[in-house]
Amino acid sequence: MSFIPGQPVTAVVERVEIKKLFQGGNLILGFSIGGGIDQDPGQNPYSEDKSDKGIYVTRISPGGPADEAGLKMGDKIMQVNGWDMTMVTHDQARKKLTKKNESVVRLLVTRRSLEDAVKQSKGGYAQQ
Amino acid sequence: MDTESTYSGYSYYSGRSRGSHRHGERSKDRHKSRSKDSRSEKSVTINTPPAEPLLGDSAVRGEQVQDDNWGETTTAVTGTSEHSLSQEDIVRITKDLEDSVGLDCRRYFTLTLAVILGLLVFLTPLAFLVLPHLLWFDRLQPCGTACEGLFISVAFKLLILLLAVWALFFRAPRASLPRVYVFRALLAVLVLLFVLSYWLFYGMRILDSQDENYQGIVQYAVSLVDALLFIHYLAIVLLELRQLQPCFSVCVTRSTDGETRHYNLGQLSIQRAALAVLQHYYCDFPVHNPALLSASKSRAAKHLAGLKVYNVDAPAEGPGNNAAAAAAGLAHSQSRAMIAAAARRRDTSHNELYYEEAEHERRVRKRRARLVVAVEEAFTHIKRMQEEEQKKAPGDVMDPREAAQAIFPSMARALQKYLRTTKQQHCHSMESIQQHLAFCITNNMTPKAFLESYLSPGPTLQYGRDHWLARQWTLVSEASVTSGLKDGTVFLLKCVDFSLVVTSKTIPYIQMSEEYIDPKSHKFVLRLQSETSV
Repeated sequence: MSFIPGQPVTAVVERVEIKKLFQGGNLILGFSIGGGIDQDPGQNPYSEDKSDKGIYVTRISPGGPADEAGLKMGDKIMQVNGWDMTMVTHDQARKKLTKKNESVVRLLVTRRSLEDAVKQSKGGYAQQ
Repeated sequence: MDTESTYSGYSYYSGRSRGSHRHGERSKDRHKSRSKDSRSEKSVTINTPPAEPLLGDSAVRGEQVQDDNWGETTTAVTGTSEHSLSQEDIVRITKDLEDSVGLDCRRYFTLTLAVILGLLVFLTPLAFLVLPHLLWFDRLQPCGTACEGLFISVAFKLLILLLAVWALFFRAPRASLPRVYVFRALLAVLVLLFVLSYWLFYGMRILDSQDENYQGIVQYAVSLVDALLFIHYLAIVLLELRQLQPCFSVCVTRSTDGETRHYNLGQLSIQRAALAVLQHYYCDFPVHNPALLSASKSRAAKHLAGLKVYNVDAPAEGPGNNAAAAAAGLAHSQSRAMIAAAARRRDTSHNELYYEEAEHERRVRKRRARLVVAVEEAFTHIKRMQEEEQKKAPGDVMDPREAAQAIFPSMARALQKYLRTTKQQHCHSMESIQQHLAFCITNNMTPKAFLESYLSPGPTLQYGRDHWLARQWTLVSEASVTSGLKDGTVFLLKCVDFSLVVTSKTIPYIQMSEEYIDPKSHKFVLRLQSETSV
């Protein structure tokens, strides 16, 4: 999940679709995010590269919409409904996720296990 | 024959029935101020315990309060109209005339002493140089260039000394203080002793033995002039430099309306501190306006006026101190009863005060608005004429005074009403207002600038000379007036209408320490990772 400066970012992503739940007068998704270009990247427990300022999923409330959709803790969110999440501030990310007139958010997330799975399958293919 | 046993400067206002005492005394003081118009300078005199006010004190009391001792005091007519003098005023005037004659004598005496000392100081080196030539000219050793060099140095040093003494001492005196100026007296004695000792030495060693070494004599004269210059340096340090560094903070309060200011003074004697305070008073304090105080006095009189004390038991008539003690006890119980009754009574005077003040405020603001509009309109009637126009149309051309007289009537009424509402009408005469208007027109001032001196009371010096001329100030102090200011010194400066209460406090010792900040130590980090639930 690291990036080389100057090169386009490449990652293996999984598409996750979460339906917002109306609870307590708000539409909630059921997870918490951390990170952003205005935050301290060294404090991120989930990132491999401690200079990565992307948006990460820090907590999933069990039984919530995100949990049911298959979002995992430690996922890095790359896109929300087509909006880029790799170079945004924390507040901008929050706003993109909590738009009141949208009932469904489609995320592109990436995690380490996806990369490993692709590498394994590629390596296996190469061996064959 | 008087009823007061001890007298000190502060108890002049204490005790007795306060309301009537104050009224009578104020009318008396107003007479005194009128009689002082001939004095043309400000002088400060010390009030050593005098005997004469006791006369006036008991006479005023006698007519207002039924007092057991009134048969024993002198009865004198106290003036109730503005233009009468009472007997104690006459006594006081004659005493003051005697005092003033004494003061002038003292001043001339000091002046002659100073002139004699100055002449002695300047002529001594010249005498030292000239006397050997006169007395034993033939036996003197001629000395060439060395002596001439020394002559030049003596001449220039004497010139410098002359200029320095003129700069330091020959200034017009601004005030006459009650006691002698201690440092100056000490310096004069020092100089006198110094010069006398030099003469003594000269007489014994040089004149008696008729020394032939002229160069030595010239060097002796040069050393005298050097030493005189150093004494002058000492004089500068003692008289001018020592009090420059502020040491004390004095708080000056006017007794009638409570105006307070704070000043920083250095190490001064009490009389010099009083002089400094008075000089600041004339520049900083707004002018004393007795018309503003009448409201509180009438309220104070009303508080006790509603109650009347009836004495049911006859006072014990006994000889001597028995009657005095009974009378004193009676007065005490009477005043205590009145205080208790006044406290119990439901007093609504605070209500009246509140509404009256609100009404007055509103009235003043309305009058002020009318005045500002009238003045602005009046100022638009005249226009400054330019140079070219002056040559073209010499028609209805006016100089500033005529222009002021032309526009004055349109604002006169509004101004008069405003001054009357704020009780300032006695401070400004029509003549002075017109003069001020002409002055403002000449200097291209705006109407707002013209009005500034009427909208709020200014310092005393701003008003006509009769307001601050002929002022006699009396310094009342428990400590000797030549002693220095200390922490907690209190003294009073009394004049005819009011008094200034001055208290002094030392400025605290300041302990300052340093802390060094490396400019590279200003570093910042981003805040901790924040987590938001969505």
